Amino acid sequence: MAKVLKTEEMNKCIGCFTCMLVCAGVNRKNHSISKSCISVKTSGGISGRFVSVVCQACREPQCAEVCPSDALTQRKGGGVTLDKTVCIGCRRCEEACIVEAIKYDEDERKPIICHHCGVCVRFCPHGCLEMQEVSD
Amino acid sequence: MIYKDYIRVLYIDLTREKIRIEERKDLTQYMGGVGVASKLLEENMRPELAPLAPEQPIVFAIGALSTIYPVITKTVAMFISPLTGELGESYAGGRMALTMFKAGYDAFVITGSARRPTYLTIAENNVLFRNARAIWGTEQDSAASVIRNYEKGQSGKRSIVRIGVAGENQVSFACVTVDTYRHFGRMGLGTVFGSKFLKALNIVGDRSIPIENFKEYFKVYREIYDKATAIGGPMAKYHDTGTPINVEPLSVSGGLPTLNLRQGSFENAEDVSGEAFAKRHLTRKMSCTGCPVGCIHIGQFRRPFADHGHEYEVLSVGYDYELIFALGTFLGIGNSKDILELIDEVEICGLDAMSTGVVLGWATEALEKGLINVEHHTIVPLRFGEPEGYRKAVHHISNRKNSFYTALGKGVRYVSSEYGGADFAMHIDGNEMSGYHTGYGSLIGMAVGARHSHLCNGGYALDQAMNKDEPINPALMAEALLKEEIERCMLNSLVMCLFARKVYDRPTILKAFAAIGVEMTDDELTAVARRNYATKLRIKKALDYNWEKIQLPKRFFETPSSNGKLDEATAHEVIKEYHLRLAELEAET
Repeated sequence: MAKVLKTEEMNKCIGCFTCMLVCAGVNRKNHSISKSCISVKTSGGISGRFVSVVCQACREPQCAEVCPSDALTQRKGGGVTLDKTVCIGCRRCEEACIVEAIKYDEDERKPIICHHCGVCVRFCPHGCLEMQEVSD
Repeated sequence: MIYKDYIRVLYIDLTREKIRIEERKDLTQYMGGVGVASKLLEENMRPELAPLAPEQPIVFAIGALSTIYPVITKTVAMFISPLTGELGESYAGGRMALTMFKAGYDAFVITGSARRPTYLTIAENNVLFRNARAIWGTEQDSAASVIRNYEKGQSGKRSIVRIGVAGENQVSFACVTVDTYRHFGRMGLGTVFGSKFLKALNIVGDRSIPIENFKEYFKVYREIYDKATAIGGPMAKYHDTGTPINVEPLSVSGGLPTLNLRQGSFENAEDVSGEAFAKRHLTRKMSCTGCPVGCIHIGQFRRPFADHGHEYEVLSVGYDYELIFALGTFLGIGNSKDILELIDEVEICGLDAMSTGVVLGWATEALEKGLINVEHHTIVPLRFGEPEGYRKAVHHISNRKNSFYTALGKGVRYVSSEYGGADFAMHIDGNEMSGYHTGYGSLIGMAVGARHSHLCNGGYALDQAMNKDEPINPALMAEALLKEEIERCMLNSLVMCLFARKVYDRPTILKAFAAIGVEMTDDELTAVARRNYATKLRIKKALDYNWEKIQLPKRFFETPSSNGKLDEATAHEVIKEYHLRLAELEAET
């Protein structure tokens, strides 16, 4: 069975940003949190609550639909897989995602696509994130 | 700078509104953090001028491993303290270290004085001198909120470091607040900001920094992460009940400063314990960016804001052991809600909570003894156990309400030199005491510590390990304090949170360095530690510090500590033993 990232318990988040640091580290080999697929944000300053922005693992992903070069293809269980060799960096996928879960890597000139690897879950110290099993 | 062979320093001249960047290879021998900041303070300070002269620098530095490993989250500030007149050193977490690193700076040196209220936006490719007239005179949280709204598109990648009205008014122990819940609390950094017309720093950064040798780096990262977050591991207590777990055991042992240190234990300790706060108020835990532990405990309470009807506001306040001591037990306040309310007032004004509590403890006793009176001096009655007067007095200090509160705002050493009561003015060389009356370790640790803080050498931990019935050995005590003081000059160069000192033993530190391509040896760590401590000692000497003049208030020797009653002559013997050893170190470096 395929697994997808879910962030249903963000009420527990302590705002350590470890998820972003390890995602950028593991997936982009970079220390910059802008390169992380998952984003944790504060709403209303530090005293506000933390919210996450992540790929929703759509079954019919709009990002793939608008991709002119078919660089994004449907992933088993939801979400998409990026083929960097055919991606032209047009940023249409970024605009198409109304959750704003797709960011753009200014160095690579390619979108930053979550592939639901679960490293953020492994390094979340407070049980906010989870890999959920879904049907293929 | 991590992955580079230099330290990148941003010099900011507030008078001329000009900046300069230097890449200093020579500074790498101090590693980072407190080592680099001490050197930059030494180079830029003007010992012949007053602490608040415009020429005096404020130095900030991050460390050699800042934010790339778990719990290495702190920034150090160094300056000349307007409170003690000598070496000023303070640490804060929050998001500051991450944003400095990612904006591409290891250190800031801020000199001069702005011609009008100013805040600085510091980014990778720009430094802006922003007009802060509209937020001068506002509470620190309101100022931050204005900056947050005005400076768009920086959410999650910025740190807002600011002062309150106390700093503007140059109360000697004004603090600097970092990202709401963290502070450069002690020794008056906020006062120095205020003297420079500097309301805030808005640091923005998230540049791309490729990880070199990812495999090795991540292996070490994972090991450290697992150690820091292990259930029942060395850091678990900081996350669970947090530092207030110390309230009850310290009270039982007689080491909890209570009623201006008339007592070492508090009859209401149970009501203001970590457990009590957790049960009644704890609503949230938070962490500094890059720390998976989350030791910041936020307590909530509600209070009515109208005289009639059901009208309430809910307040969220960060609490810690030191705050419960200073604004609770030291003032005889035995109700957790009252303590949170008092913490909130102190936060709003931007004062150091510890100094505030200690000066109010002195004022309460001075009032009792008739050295001062309500009519001419305190305006409001101050009585142990009664929060109402203290809540108002906090604002009177911050606003320098009259000549008495102006003197009180210069610290307890100064105010007692004017009004009397030096025997019960609880400071060590001008720095108000911290929350430990555990024995010679804590007292002498603060006396000999470079900045007279309990964190210079953690002397209270030596007391806890002592056998009460055995006589103290001054030479051994001096030796142990010096060893820890020197070691912390290395740890604070990383700059890690000292709560993680059991996670970062020396082999772990060496491994962490090796994984980012820095080959260090154990001996080199020792050399850095000694070099950094020697820099601090030179600064102290330049500022005319003389340990032979140390005078410890009598009360320290009247109220029994956790290790029984302390003897003044023995205390001075430990101080002397300590300084004999310093002479050796100074000769060597």
